[in-house]
Amino acid sequence: MLVPFMSLQRCCQRSALLIAARRQWSSSSVSPPPLHTRLLLFLTQRFYDVEMLLSWGSQLRRRGIQKKNAYYGYTQKLYGSDIAAAYYILSLKGGFRYVGQSEWFRANQRGKFNWDFLKHKDTPLEEVNMSYTVINYTGLGNLEGQKALRTLSLRGCPEVDDWFLARLHIFQDSLEELDISHCPRITTAGLAALRNLKGLRRLDVSSLPGISSPGLVVILLEEMLPQCQINATGYDHSLRQERGERTEEHMEGQR
Amino acid sequence: MSTWRRLHVKVRTAHGLLTSRWETQQRTWQYGHLALCQNLSTGRPLRNDFFKDLEAQLAAMRKKASDALPGSSWSPLEITPNLPPERADIVIVGGGVMGWSIAYWLKQKERVRGGVKVVVVEKDPKYSQASTVLSAGGIRQQFSLPENIHLSLASADFMRNINEHLGVLNEDPIDLQFNQSGYLFLASEEVAHIMEENYSTQRYAGAKVSLLSPTQVKEKFPWINTDGVVLASYGLENEGWFDPWTLLNAFKRKAISMGVIQCSGEVTDFKYTTNVMSTADGDDVDLRRIRSVKVQMPNSLEYQPVECAIVVNAAGAFSAKLTAMLGIGLGPKDSIAGIPLPVEPRKRYVYVVHCPDGPGLDSPFLIDYSGVYFRREGLGGNYIVGRSPEEAEEPDTSNLEVDHQFFEDRVWPSLASRVPVFEKLKVKSAWAGFYDYNTLDQNGIIGMHPLINNMYFATGFSGHGLQHSPAVGRSVAELILDGNFKTLDLSGLGFRRILAKEPMLERNIV
Repeated sequence: MLVPFMSLQRCCQRSALLIAARRQWSSSSVSPPPLHTRLLLFLTQRFYDVEMLLSWGSQLRRRGIQKKNAYYGYTQKLYGSDIAAAYYILSLKGGFRYVGQSEWFRANQRGKFNWDFLKHKDTPLEEVNMSYTVINYTGLGNLEGQKALRTLSLRGCPEVDDWFLARLHIFQDSLEELDISHCPRITTAGLAALRNLKGLRRLDVSSLPGISSPGLVVILLEEMLPQCQINATGYDHSLRQERGERTEEHMEGQR
Repeated sequence: MSTWRRLHVKVRTAHGLLTSRWETQQRTWQYGHLALCQNLSTGRPLRNDFFKDLEAQLAAMRKKASDALPGSSWSPLEITPNLPPERADIVIVGGGVMGWSIAYWLKQKERVRGGVKVVVVEKDPKYSQASTVLSAGGIRQQFSLPENIHLSLASADFMRNINEHLGVLNEDPIDLQFNQSGYLFLASEEVAHIMEENYSTQRYAGAKVSLLSPTQVKEKFPWINTDGVVLASYGLENEGWFDPWTLLNAFKRKAISMGVIQCSGEVTDFKYTTNVMSTADGDDVDLRRIRSVKVQMPNSLEYQPVECAIVVNAAGAFSAKLTAMLGIGLGPKDSIAGIPLPVEPRKRYVYVVHCPDGPGLDSPFLIDYSGVYFRREGLGGNYIVGRSPEEAEEPDTSNLEVDHQFFEDRVWPSLASRVPVFEKLKVKSAWAGFYDYNTLDQNGIIGMHPLINNMYFATGFSGHGLQHSPAVGRSVAELILDGNFKTLDLSGLGFRRILAKEPMLERNIV
C-alpha cells in the first residue's frame, strides 16, 4: 500500500516541477502582441465608451439635419410664408422659380445665393428643385402653404422616405410633376401614398434601390395614377434571377 | 461532484498503472537491461498523458476551490438558466409589445445606466397566442376621444423616427414596412352626424383627415359601391399598417441592449401585505402592497419568487386573472374591492383572401359601417378581411380556432355588397387572435388601482394596443418614474371611470 502511494507522491512532485518549468518557459517567450491586436484589445475594454462616442456622433449628425430643416416660423412672421419657403429652399442649396417668372433662384456650390428673392413678396412658388439636399419630413412643413406648386424635384435626397411621400398630400391639388428618383429610403409601401396626388402628370421613380419587384410596382402605379406618365429607368427587368434558378434546377437534374 | 469522482477514478487507474509498472520494473530488474530500456520507451508517453490529465484536473480543482470561497457566485445546487432574478425594481407582467415598450421607456428615462432593474415576464416566449402578432397591424387617427387621437399621433411620430429611438448600434436598421395608406370610414345616414363631430375633434387634435362625399369616394375609389353611404372620412397622413412582429422585436432588442432582463415564465401568485384603512365614511378597506411575484417556469414545477417594488400589469387579455389573484373583484358587491377589472379575452378572426381583380396599390384600410374591414396585404392580390362579431354571438375563447362559417355568413356578404369585385375571392388562410376587450367602454386602462399600492395597469386597449403601444409605454414610464403624466395627459383613461361606472365610450360609427 505504501509503495504505490510513495510513487504517486513522487509523480506529483515531478508534475509540479514540470508545470513550474513550463510556466517559466512560457513567460519568457511572450513578446508583446502586434499593434492592431493591442488596439482591438483596448477598444474592447472600452466598449461602452466607444458605443457612447458613436451614438453621440450619429446624434450630432441627426441634430444637424434637424437644424437645417427647422420650421422657419420667424421668417414667416416677418416676410410671409412664400419668402420663408424660398429662404428655406435656398439655405438648403436648392432652387426655385416664382409663379409667372422665368428666372430661377439657386444657391451656388458653396451655399451662397442672391438676396433678390426678397423683392417678390407674396408671390407663390411654382417650381422647386430640392435635388441632392437633406430635406426631410419636418422641412416639408416650410413648403406647406404653397398652393401653386406644380413641379417638385427630389432627386437623390437621402432623407426623403415613405413618411415624406405621405406628407406630399399638402400639394394634392396643384402638383403635376414629381421626381423622386435615386432616393435611397423610398420603398413600395410609401409609393402607395402617391394616390392622393390625383393631378400628377409626370412621375419619375427611376433607380429606387428600396423597391422590390420594380416591374410590378410600376404597373400598379400606372393603374393607380392613370393620367400620369411614369418614368422608371435604371431597373434591371431582365429575368436573370429566374435564369439563376433554372441553372440550379439544371444542376440538380445533372446530379 | 462529478469532477471529484472522475479525479478519484483517475487516481485509482494511476495506482493500478503504477503498481503494474513497478512490478514490471522489478521483473525487468531480474531479466536484464535490454528489456528495461524497451519498457521505458513505451512507458514515457503514457506517463506524459497522465501528467497532462492530472494537470488539467488540478487546475479544475483549484478553480472549484476558489469558486467555493465566499464572495463567488458558485453554488453546489444546479441552477436553471433564464430563471428570473431574486430581486428587481420593476416587474412587467406580459412581454407583448406593450410590456416591451414600457420596459424600453423605463430604461430610456432612467437617469444613470442601470438605475432601475426591470424584468419582463412572458409566459409564451414563442408568441404563438400573443395578441400583438395576431393583429391586423393598423394605425389610425380616426377616433373620437382626444386621448386616443393624441396617442395615435404620438405613436405615428415614434414610428416615423423609429431608427432614432430603437436603433441598436452595429445592428441592421429597423424596417417597419409601414404601408402609407389611409383608413376610409364609410358612414350611413344614421351615423353621419357622429362622423362629422369626430372629424372636427380629429382636425382640432391635429390629425390630417378629410371628409368625402359619396361622389368623391366614387371618384377616388371607383371599385366601391356607395349605396347607403352618406359620408366618408379618409386619413391623409400617418395612417396605414405595419408589421407587428418587427415592432415587437425592435422594442425587445433595444430594451435588452439597454439592460432589461427577459424571462419566460408565468406569474401564478403574488405575495402581498394588507393594511386595513378606513375611509372618510368610516368603511374599512383593504389596501394591498405587492411584495413579491411568483414566477412559475414553463413546463416545470420550479418557481422563483421575485421581490419587487413595482409591478406593471401589461398582460393584455389575461390581465383580469392577475388582479383576481390580488382579490380585486372578490370583495362585497357594492364596494371598490367588488368591482373586477373589466377586461376579458375576446376572439377575433382575421381571414386572408386572394382576389386578383381586387383594388390595387391605392386601396385604403376600408371600414364599412356594417363593421366589415379589409386591407391590402402585399402586392400579389391578397387582402386581409375581418369583422367584429355582435355582442350576442361572441365566440368561445378557450382556443384560437377559426370559424370559417363566420366568414361565409357574416363577412363575405357585407364585403361583397360594398366592394363588388370581392364576389369572386378565395380564402387562402385565416387565424384568430385575442382582443384585451374592456367590457365597460372598449378603451385602455392606464394608471393605478386605488386598492393596490404598487401595481400599474396598461391594459384593456380592445384592439388598439399595438398602434398605441409606443405612446402608452412612454406615459406609463412617466407615471412610474416621474409620478405623473408629462407629455400626454391620459388621466381620463385611469381607474376612476371604472369605479364610478362612467364609461368613456368611443363614438364609433361601426
